[in-house]
Formats: sequence, structure tokens, C-alpha cells
Amino acid sequence: MQSAQAAASTDLEREIAGLVTEALNLEVSASDIDPEAPLYRDGLGLDSIDILEIALVVSKRYGIDIKAESEENHKIFRSLRGLAEFVAAQRTR
Amino acid sequence: MRRPEPDTAVPLLAHASAEDIVAYRRGEPIRAGRFLGDVARVAALLPASRHVLNACQDRYHFAVGLAAATASGRKSLLPSTHTPEVIRQLRLFAPDAICLTDDPECTIDLPRVVFPGGASPPSGAWRIPLIAAEAEVAYVFTSGTTGTPVPHAKSWGRLGDAVGVEATRLGFDGSRRRTIVATVPPQHMYGFESSVLLPLFSGHAFCAERPFFPSDIAATLASVPAPRILVSTPVHLRALIAADIDLPELELIVSATAPLAETLAAAVEARFQVPVLEIYGSTETGQIASRRTTAGAEWQLWPGVRIEIRDGETRVHGGHLEMPTPMGDVLEATGRDRFLLKGRSCDMVNIAGKRSSLAYLNHQLTSIPGVVDGVFYIKDEAGPDERAVSRLGALVVAPSLDAAAITAGLRERLDPVFLPRPLLLVPEIQRNATGKIPSHVLAALARGR
Repeated sequence: MQSAQAAASTDLEREIAGLVTEALNLEVSASDIDPEAPLYRDGLGLDSIDILEIALVVSKRYGIDIKAESEENHKIFRSLRGLAEFVAAQRTR
Repeated sequence: MRRPEPDTAVPLLAHASAEDIVAYRRGEPIRAGRFLGDVARVAALLPASRHVLNACQDRYHFAVGLAAATASGRKSLLPSTHTPEVIRQLRLFAPDAICLTDDPECTIDLPRVVFPGGASPPSGAWRIPLIAAEAEVAYVFTSGTTGTPVPHAKSWGRLGDAVGVEATRLGFDGSRRRTIVATVPPQHMYGFESSVLLPLFSGHAFCAERPFFPSDIAATLASVPAPRILVSTPVHLRALIAADIDLPELELIVSATAPLAETLAAAVEARFQVPVLEIYGSTETGQIASRRTTAGAEWQLWPGVRIEIRDGETRVHGGHLEMPTPMGDVLEATGRDRFLLKGRSCDMVNIAGKRSSLAYLNHQLTSIPGVVDGVFYIKDEAGPDERAVSRLGALVVAPSLDAAAITAGLRERLDPVFLPRPLLLVPEIQRNATGKIPSHVLAALARGR
């Protein structure tokens, strides 16, 4: 188990969690997503079609270009936290 | 129906000289001489086994593996997913199967051959292997209704016949060498035909990469010379439009896996100034029809292919098809060689281009130890534009398990696109006298969680 401290979400993480649950029509509420749980497979159980969908909404909202060939790609979609860190570093709006 | 003569031989590839380009990787051309050298090198690495699961992700590696297996009399196994359960079934089907992979960390539970690094010297003499038209070179698999995947054998000659028609429908004449960029995997029947066999049989080139995000699609297209063909799906085309991205000049976009909405087709044609052609087919039949989506809803069948309705079941026969084959969709014939697509048969599901049946999915669900009863249902039917893909839900009775344990069990058995969301644990599922669950009961259960 994560300590409550480690798992606490930042504002940006909560905002992105909201975008993701809305875009994917997920059954979980945004606040229930553990920011450190994997997005693929065992955590939220997303597949590649979902990742494409997330890339679209995140690109649009924050003005970021997401490419599969970027070295950081595994890190970006590792977890909500990884995605939020990437957005924080790359956002243009 | 044209039957190939038993002793008819068909070349492994249609490229006319060792200098002809077969593929591009990172913008670098790979020529036919080197391709044949790589084919010989990989064929020499394969053990005595007669069956090769070709799991290569790189499209060039896949094509070399296919050609090496084919030229050495082996059969390529092309299941659409590689879950542990599918691999276990595959071992029962072909106990001698080995796996050809280009992923050093591949965990597929078969004896593995890793695709060799480095480049082969071009093969000495320019000699293209000839393949017997009747030779069964590949097996593709459908899920069937019980736990066992159903194999479908594909012969080199019939595969060539099917993509020969495709080349004509796509407007390929002999005058220009096209390059095909595809967003779909080579193991899926559509990707197998349109991004691997079509270029091999018609002398065009394909791109080794499989771009995914819109920027990657644009960059990969820009890395190859015109004329360019984009082989894609409604999901990727919708993403390209949503991303509002510019693409290099295209000659044609091809779409398959799910019907393309007319509005999306029109938007793609207007945005990228390129015609969009749709292909219709199935794993069992391969491609059998095409349409220009913006020109009307009717599909035109491949020459000689006909539709028949027997006992309420839609079947197709003739042309390149070996035998009359039931379709998972309802096809309404509007002429001898034309039809309208009237939706899927009620038991079939098509999630992001992967087909299965509810019967198969339910069987896998209830095979998990601890699951007492369970049933899948279609939750979000893909709308014309709203949602790109349908999704499934499931109701499960399993007093000793939680949802995470059941999902883990399903993950061993099913492609991730079929995983239910939500997976609802319920105390019991009421069935009628025939064991079926009325749809209003399903809907009420799903609502009342």
C-alpha cells in the first residue's frame, strides 16, 4: 500500500484524471484513480486505443505534441503521475 | 470460380529486379536483393518445426519471416493476440510451433527464434522463389463459440488473387511504385493483406514502421517518397482529424476494421485532399468488397464473390474463397455484386477491429476458477461519430473473488480490448428456461449496480 502522503494527487493530476475519465467514459471517478497506479494493464486496465484517446485530449488541452518515438513515452503513460509530470514540463497552455 | 491448377507456381514477390525497393525503414530503402538475402538468412535459422508463430512487430521483419517460412515450406501462424491462453491453444493445434520475434524480451511461451540483427549481403544470383499456388502458407484464427480458436488455412495463390483485386480497386497500375504506410499490425488479416501481401504481390513498397499517434503518422509518411498510400482505420482517421494535423501529399487512404462514418470520410477527404477507400472483409474470408465511402453506402464485391442467405445465415462464396463462408455481419444484397452492410449478427462483437463472439467471451469468463456464472454485454455501441469503438461490460457471480482477480483471469485469456468495463459483481444472474438472459434483465442489472 502507498502511504497517503505518497499517493496524494496534485491539482494537475486531478485535472488530468478528470479529462481521462470523461474522454474514456470510465466507470471510476477521477478522485479514485491512484496517481501512481499503471494506466496500462493492472491499474486502470487501459489499452492502446485508450492511450490514443488520452493523447488527443491531453494534446488539445495543454498544447503538447505526443510522439511514440520519444524516449520518454513509457514513462509518460506509466501512470497518471508520469503523464502529469510530462504535461507540466511540456505544456504550452 | 477460377481454381488454380495444382502445379501453378506463384513468385514470392513481384519485384522485377534486385534493385527494386521492397520496403523503407526510417526513410532508407530496402531493396529486393537484400530482402531475398534476409529471407535466406532467416530461413536458415528456423529449426525443423513446420509452424512459425510470426510475432515480429517491425513490418519488414514480419514480411521477411513470412517469406522465409513460405519459401521453406513452413506455415505461418497468425493469431490476432498472444495471450497465454491463446498460446496454450496454439500449442495444442501445432505442437511443433516456434515463435519468431524481434523483441528480445518476448515472453511468448514457445521455443523462440529472435530475428537476427545486422544486414545480410544481397543474395548472389537474382532468383525469386516460386511458391505452389495451392500451398497453405498461413493460418489465421477466429474465436469460434467454444473455448477453442478455429483455424483458417490460407493458400498462397488465393491470397494473391484477393490482393490482386485489391490492387485494381485501389487504382494501382504498373506505371508507378507506391509506398504503403500502415497503422495496423501485420498479423491482423487487414494489415496482413493490405500492408504486406499487397506490396509483395504487386511490386510496391511498404514501410517497416507502424506509426500510432497523429504526429508519428505524419512523420512516417514524410519519410517515404510519393506516391504514398495510408492504410488505416476509423480510430486513427478520427484521431488525425481531431489533432488537426497536416499530412504530406497522399495518393489514397484505405480504411477497414469497422465501417467508416460517411461524415468522417468526408472530413478526411476534405482535410487531406485525398480519396478514402474502404475495404470490407473478415478473418475467415479476407477482403471481399470495397467502396468509396463518400460516393454511397453500397459495397462492391470482389469479382465472382456472391452473397447467399441460407437458414437466416449470411454466407459468401465464389471468387477467391475456398468454400461458402458464414459472415458475422448481416449483408443485404442490392445487386449481383453489391450489398449494404446492415449491422452485425447478434452474437458477434467487433471491438477496435478485433472480432469475437459473446458465446466465446462468456465461455472464457466462466472458465475462470471461482466464477459461478457470468455474462458479457455490449455497453457502448460505437456511434457514427461520437465514440470510435464499442466497449463491453460484464456481470459476474463469483462470491470468492473480487473484480481485480477476475480481470486478471480474463487478461490471461482475452485480448485487452475485450476486458469488461465495468465488471459488475452480482449475487445471481436470472436466466430463463433456455438458459438465456433476457436483454431487459441485463440492462436492469447493469443499471442497478
